[in-house]
This record gives sequence, structure tokens and C-alpha cells, in this order.
Amino acid sequence: MDEMPHERGDIPVSRRGLVIGATLAGVPLVRSDAAAQGAATRGSVPGSLEVSLTVNGEARRLVLDPRASLLDTLREGLALTGAKKGCDHGQCGACTVHLDGRRVASCLTLAVQADGRAVTTIEGIAPAEGDLHPMQQAFIDHDALQCGYCTPGQIMAAIACVQEGHASNPDEIREYMSGNLCRCGAYAGILAAIQDAAPKMRVG
Amino acid sequence: MRPFSYARADGQAAAIRAVSAGGAGTRFLAGGTTLYDLMKLGVEAPERLVDINALPAIRGFDTTGPRELVFGAGARMSDVAADPRLVAEYPALSESLWKAASQQLRNMASLGGNLLQRTRCAYFRGGEPFACNKRVPGSGCAAREGIDRGHAVLGGSEACIATYPGDWAVALAAFDGVVDVAGPNGSRSIPLDALHREPGTTPEVETSLGRDEMILRIRVPVTPLGRASTYHKIRDRESYAFALASAAVALRMEGEVVREARIALGGLATRPWRAREAERGLVGQRLTAEAARAAGDAALRGARPGHHNAFRIELGARTVADALLIARQRV
Repeated sequence: MDEMPHERGDIPVSRRGLVIGATLAGVPLVRSDAAAQGAATRGSVPGSLEVSLTVNGEARRLVLDPRASLLDTLREGLALTGAKKGCDHGQCGACTVHLDGRRVASCLTLAVQADGRAVTTIEGIAPAEGDLHPMQQAFIDHDALQCGYCTPGQIMAAIACVQEGHASNPDEIREYMSGNLCRCGAYAGILAAIQDAAPKMRVG
Repeated sequence: MRPFSYARADGQAAAIRAVSAGGAGTRFLAGGTTLYDLMKLGVEAPERLVDINALPAIRGFDTTGPRELVFGAGARMSDVAADPRLVAEYPALSESLWKAASQQLRNMASLGGNLLQRTRCAYFRGGEPFACNKRVPGSGCAAREGIDRGHAVLGGSEACIATYPGDWAVALAAFDGVVDVAGPNGSRSIPLDALHREPGTTPEVETSLGRDEMILRIRVPVTPLGRASTYHKIRDRESYAFALASAAVALRMEGEVVREARIALGGLATRPWRAREAERGLVGQRLTAEAARAAGDAALRGARPGHHNAFRIELGARTVADALLIARQRV
């Protein structure tokens, strides 16, 4: 454990979970880096928490209202708008990101629970500027989208599906992609894209 | 969403103390897939959350023991569903996990939290405009005269017909699972079958768990019935939906003859529903299609339809029958 326990009232909290924050009424749920620095040194509002995340390989520090979802934090605090808000209740998969390498619904993840962890979003999967991840290329090649709103979540889920070893046949892909809905009905293309990308991902 | 404070517990005793001392508004937080969802709907409004995810003691699971399988309450559904020994020796337990939710949610949701998953009744989740005795005791039940297609046909009361939505608890009920819990006054063990309550006149009280009691682990006795088992789940769509009817079934056969049977129903009742009479009726019988169907009918005996859910009585009986025939193939 790299965390020193501290006591606050009757609830022991970890060092990173220590209560600090800003005090204005109506403050946004998320304040990012620069503001966090100020808040951290000033100290203040009960309830807000300082959180450190690694997002797409970059260390980020945020002051968060505990109510903030990881999805809202990414979109509004860090301007990473790739992950989409569809249902906001874990039912559609549009918000799928990877947390410590595993796919999660970022809308049902409290951002404070991602403290100290690594988040990967659709913005972080391309190997280099200008290149695409094999799964992104496969979605284009197989026309695996129409409106595109569900696509970032589909691609993040699809990459995880392959990495988990759940892409060995069409039925297994359908089962393990069932958490991502596509209202345009591009499922046939999505299935083909995953079948195409899976061996390319394994090659690396 | 109502504001709340959040703290991460760094020990089991500290977590229990914090929830106990914090009063009614203080809650344990594990995966959050039920609690945070309901907080967004305003159905849950805790003042303080005590995050227990960092407690190492509840995270692991061990399916290799000679006498029992042990599952930490904080183990994730996806990890346990994929355990090779569970897949091979207790397929019903594995299936009850991977046929629930989506892989995203299974990566988040804990085994203990899953047991306490709350009903999907739309009038409960819908909040304010709807009467709901579970959400606001004494306010009435909008489901009784409303759209009750997904509501319980077993175990309901005048006050509440909300279906228990989980799958894992149903499979555990069939295997005589036991839940170890700890609270401010020490530890105790609760048979899974005694964890969930029928609504009666107090539908807001869903389990026999104290507010400040924490689930530590779930234990399942090692049994030869594991291998010939299945969790058969029938849904409106093939995947990622709650059960219209489900059956956890396990068999010990001697040739064609049933020596022991376990049957538990999901999606049909106000709690995980063990069908012991149906089990007894199978013992000593040859497991023909007719015998399986008779067991299905016995399992649904006493079911009471509402306005839109009568079809699920027939569906439930057929689900049990099919499950028995699937399990028989696995002997």
C-alpha cells in the first residue's frame, strides 16, 4: 500500500482521498489541473476531493464533487468528448472506457473511485498521430457505423472483447458485445470489423 | 443528485464503524452499479458513502477447496464467471454471472453488491409520480393496477409485487450458499435462502441484513451436483436483459433416475425462489420430458397472475423443464 491512512472524524480515509476543495455555491462538478493546484494549496470546501488519474498515459490532477461520474469528468473536466453519454445509466455502452485495462461504463463509475488508476479513452488508442488502431480501421473498412454516436464505446468494448479472449467466434462476439447498443443497427458491420481486427491485434 | 461525502475505508473494522456511527444516511459503496444508478434517479439519496473496494480481505475467491467454494464479496462478477473450475464443475454458478448485465458492468459489480441489487420495477425506479411502498412506505403500489408484465407471480403481497432481479443469488440458493457478514456486534452467517425477504407488509425491508452489516464472503458447499447444472435464463432479447423467467437447476443421477435435484427460480418471484416441492417430486423418477414438465408445474404451483404477466407462469414451468433436460446432458 502506498497510501498513508489518515483519520477524519470517524472515517479513516486514504491520503489521496483527503477532503479538500473549493467553496463556491454552484461550482461545476469537476475542476481540472490549474484550478486543482489552487484549491489544493488553499484548502476549503467540505465534500470536494482531490483525485489523481492517469488518462491516456498522462497524469492529471482534479478536484471533484463526489457526485461526478467518470464520464462527466472526462468530457467536461478534461475535454475528452470521445466517450458519449447515451443513457447515463449503464444500459447503452456509449460511455465505455478502459479502467486499469478493463472495460467499464464510465457513466456508472464515480470519478473519485478512479483515483490512482489508469483510464484509456478512444482518444488514447491510436499508436501514433495520424495512425489508427486496427479496430478503428476495421470499423471504417466494414462500414460499422452510421451516425457514429455509439462508435467510440463500440470500439473500446471491441478492443477489450478481443483482449479478453472473447472474440473467437460470431456468437461469442455477439454475447460479449451485447452491452453496446447501436440504434442505427450497424451490428453486422460491427461483427465483421471485430472478426477482421482480432487477428491484427494479436499480431500486435 | 443530492450531495454526499465520500471516504475510502482502509480496513474492515473501520468501514463497519463508519457506517454504524454514520446513521441511516451512511452506506457501504462497492461497485456502485446499483447504488449510483439509483442515486441518479433520486431513489437513493445517501449522505455519506464508505468505499470498501480497497479492502483486500474481500477481493479474492477460491474454488479449489476440498469442502467449499469461497467467494470474497468484493470479487468482480466477470472474474468469477470466467474461473475455469467454476465453468467446468459448477456451470450454473458461472452462467448465472455471465448471463447477467454486460461485460462492462460485470467488470465493475461485486458479488456481494449483486446479491443486494434492487428491483427493476419501473414504479420503484420512476420515483415521485408513482406510488411505491418499497420507496415510500405506505404510499401504495402503482404496479398492482399498472403495467405488471415483469412483476412477480410468486411471493408478492398486497403491498408489493416487485421482482427480485438478480441471477447469482438464484444459483446460490440452489447450491445452499451461505453468506458471511460482519457488523458492529461481530460476525454471523446467513443461509442465502434466508437473506432475502418476501415483501409482506414491509417491502422496504428487502433482506435480513442489518444496515451496518457488511457482506464479507459467500460460501458454497462442494457438491457432486455441480457438474450437471445449468442456469437457464429466458429474456425478451437473447443477451443483456433481465430474466422474464430463469431456473437454476442441478442434478445427481443414477442412470436415468434422479437421486437428488435442486431447482431455484429467478425473474418470477419477489426473492430468489427455491422450489423444494418440485425437487422432492423428481427424486426416484426417470427424467423424461413429462417428468421435467411436471417438475416445472410444481415449481410454479401457487403462482398468482396479475394483469399482464400470466404468460410467465407457463413460461416459468417450461423454463424449469428445459433447464432440467439441459442439466441432464451434463451428467
